[in-house]
Amino acid sequence: MLDFPPWKRLWLWGVSLFFALAAIPSLVTLAGLTWPSVLPQPMINLGLDLAGGSHLMLEADPRQVARQRLETMEESVRTALRDAEPRIRVGDFSTAGGRLSFMLEDPSQVDAARDVIEPLTTGAGLTGQRDWTIQVVDGNRFILTQTRAGLDLAVENAMEAATEVVRKRIDAMGTREPTIIREGPERIVVDVPGLKDPQALKDLLGQTAELEFKLVDQSALPSDVAQGIAPPGSEIVPGAPGSDYEGTQIAVRRLGGIRGDSLVRAQQTYDPQTNEPVVSITFDPQGGARFARLTSENVGKPFAIILDGQVISAPNINEPIIGGSAQISGNFTAETANQLAIALRSGALPVDLTVVEESSISAELGADSIEKGAIAIIVGLVALVLFMILTYGRFGLYTIAALVLNLFMILGVLALLGPLAALTLPGIAGLVLTLGTAVDANVLINERIREERARGRRVVAAVEAGYKESSSAIFDANITNVIAALIMFVFGTGPVRGFAVVLTIGIVTSVFTAVTMTRMWVAGWLRRKRPADIVL
Amino acid sequence: MKLLKLIPDNTNIKFLRWRVPFYGVSILLMIASIVLVFTQGLNLGVDFVGGQTIRITFAEEVAPVAEARQEIDALGYGEPIIQQIGQPNQISVRMKLPDESDSALSDRMVRDIRETLEANHPGVEIGSARSVSGKVSNELFRTGMIALALAMLGISIYIWVRFEWQFGVGALFALAHDVTLTIGLFALTQMEFDLSIVAAILTLIGYSLNDNIVIYDRVRENLTKYRKMPLPELLDLSVNETLSRTVVTSTSTIITLAALLLLGPDVIFGFTAAIIFGIFVGTYSSIFMATPILIWLGVTSDSFIPAESRADAQERRVKGQA
Repeated sequence: MLDFPPWKRLWLWGVSLFFALAAIPSLVTLAGLTWPSVLPQPMINLGLDLAGGSHLMLEADPRQVARQRLETMEESVRTALRDAEPRIRVGDFSTAGGRLSFMLEDPSQVDAARDVIEPLTTGAGLTGQRDWTIQVVDGNRFILTQTRAGLDLAVENAMEAATEVVRKRIDAMGTREPTIIREGPERIVVDVPGLKDPQALKDLLGQTAELEFKLVDQSALPSDVAQGIAPPGSEIVPGAPGSDYEGTQIAVRRLGGIRGDSLVRAQQTYDPQTNEPVVSITFDPQGGARFARLTSENVGKPFAIILDGQVISAPNINEPIIGGSAQISGNFTAETANQLAIALRSGALPVDLTVVEESSISAELGADSIEKGAIAIIVGLVALVLFMILTYGRFGLYTIAALVLNLFMILGVLALLGPLAALTLPGIAGLVLTLGTAVDANVLINERIREERARGRRVVAAVEAGYKESSSAIFDANITNVIAALIMFVFGTGPVRGFAVVLTIGIVTSVFTAVTMTRMWVAGWLRRKRPADIVL
Repeated sequence: MKLLKLIPDNTNIKFLRWRVPFYGVSILLMIASIVLVFTQGLNLGVDFVGGQTIRITFAEEVAPVAEARQEIDALGYGEPIIQQIGQPNQISVRMKLPDESDSALSDRMVRDIRETLEANHPGVEIGSARSVSGKVSNELFRTGMIALALAMLGISIYIWVRFEWQFGVGALFALAHDVTLTIGLFALTQMEFDLSIVAAILTLIGYSLNDNIVIYDRVRENLTKYRKMPLPELLDLSVNETLSRTVVTSTSTIITLAALLLLGPDVIFGFTAAIIFGIFVGTYSSIFMATPILIWLGVTSDSFIPAESRADAQERRVKGQA
């Protein structure tokens, strides 16, 4: 029990010092000094509540994905049936209730229609389920229903793509080290350290950035348009707030437009004539050719530039635009133009994202928390040193040595884990709490040694029994704390998780320092001095 | 050197003699807590009810709470809940979100509040802002409650496995006592109850069990050591033997936590207060709640003697016949 051969002492000291020293660079940096960059530098990652920054939780609406899939399916079905040989005539399309239903004009074509539609569905999930089910009722009515697996897969794909778009947009903002992670099936969590006001970020992420160019339908009667009635083949699009078209409605041709997903470049520039901020865009070769055709066929007519379903401008086509480059103006400020350019460059979001949770903490508040936390730790530690030495004398010294080593080791482990475990404000509370409770193991041991001495055991036997008999209680007490910490880690978010991590690390290191290290120290002392009695 | 002894050696306090009145008082306190939660209600933070909080520090010595309330009220987004936090010049403003589905509107609300305060009180600073939608807050509330229930159950099951079922029940009852009283404290003081308080309660569940376990561990040891001792006497002995440790550990934990409460960041005042309160209550409950219940649950000195297995019984019968 009390036998520590040199190799074992070396090993225990090696482990302790390895972790304890890992805390030094972070402490030096926190004290406002610079740590020489030639030395290895594991750093403690500070959570947003200590470093300051913004946190956003974005959520997609799966119903929107379902709606989009339904529209796409309708398009595909119509096209496929029209292109079938012989042509299959259908009517009475309906998308009510989230299902696509239509009627065949000729019931004898049911099998032919099924053969055409079936390839439009694909497998979804591992069970061999398709993403749509096809039913035929009353002999000639087709009903296509989205399966759960199909929708889940579509939401999953959309969220994957959306996360990429979000990442691109935030990277383009030039903020440092954002964390962007998927959470659950429909959410994305974005943490940006150092960003005090998340407004710009929210504006950027709130934009779907779906850009369309559509011809204005000049045949529409202004009175009809004002009432929201569009001529056949056209649709009504509202003007965007802040643009010249705010509060008005414009009728545009539904088909024959160009979508902005064929852009290769988008940049904020200034209009050479008006000096107004604009976004200049460049199409890829195919998009450029289509844009050239659209503009050369419609010289003199206006076309609408539509962003996220709202008209931002509707200039006249003065001359064909052949080079594949164009300018978008729309009463932008340099900032909004830049945002649009970033959004266009990173592509449209496949789903709208709304902010469901948001927090921002100023760097000053974070720094204040660190300072006060550090003071509390130091004062608490000093008070504890006095209390322990008064209560247990020499054994109290060992307890305190273990405690200080423990503190350094927790910080060291945090530093080594780096981005995997951020130190948060509750985490600081966790540190303080660990200090208070880590002595528990030593208290148990010391009290037991006292008892064994009182029962008349010799010094060495009493110390041995003290460590041995208290081990089961120490073990059980720590396990229950680990259970609580694990549950916090699983159910908690950000700051609370940081707390759970510190508690868990603290439990492991405190058992190591409070039980193993103090035993080594006590054993060394007993061997050297061979005291006949101990003060305890 | 003479060492400090908070508890003299060989105490023999009859803790269990008063078990019935102590139980009566504790159960009354638990009922009072529950009644308080239902009548006063908890001051739930935005984590659990949704809405917007903004932490504001004024340049003045004392925050002009009444003025700020009027100015924000005049914006027409609804009545603000204003609380002073930490320093006298710091307040938190809590608002309901004007329209869940329209995040632009809540953005405008925050901007308006900020601009109004900045215009009227030069040098005002926004420390932090947090907004949570109703959907997310409902989820947070649910997961918080599930986490609490799971922690209590998980730990009790662990105790049951390591000791005996009576000890698991005892631990569960003591935990229910600690958690109820802590939540009651929040209903009484109307301190804000948010996600970090749930974390604090989870923590005190873990720590209040420390005392429980230390005492139970000693009970188990004494049960096998003193087979003939009556149970109340044995429990008293166990509590007395571990009393010094219980007091020293609780004192050292409270020393450090008091430093955190008084000198630490204001943001976690409620969190620290909950843990400190929990440690007091937990220490009390492990002596006066978790231990006497073992008498009523019928722990005997045979509880830790392995039951005779069927094979052994068979063997004994065979031998007996032979």
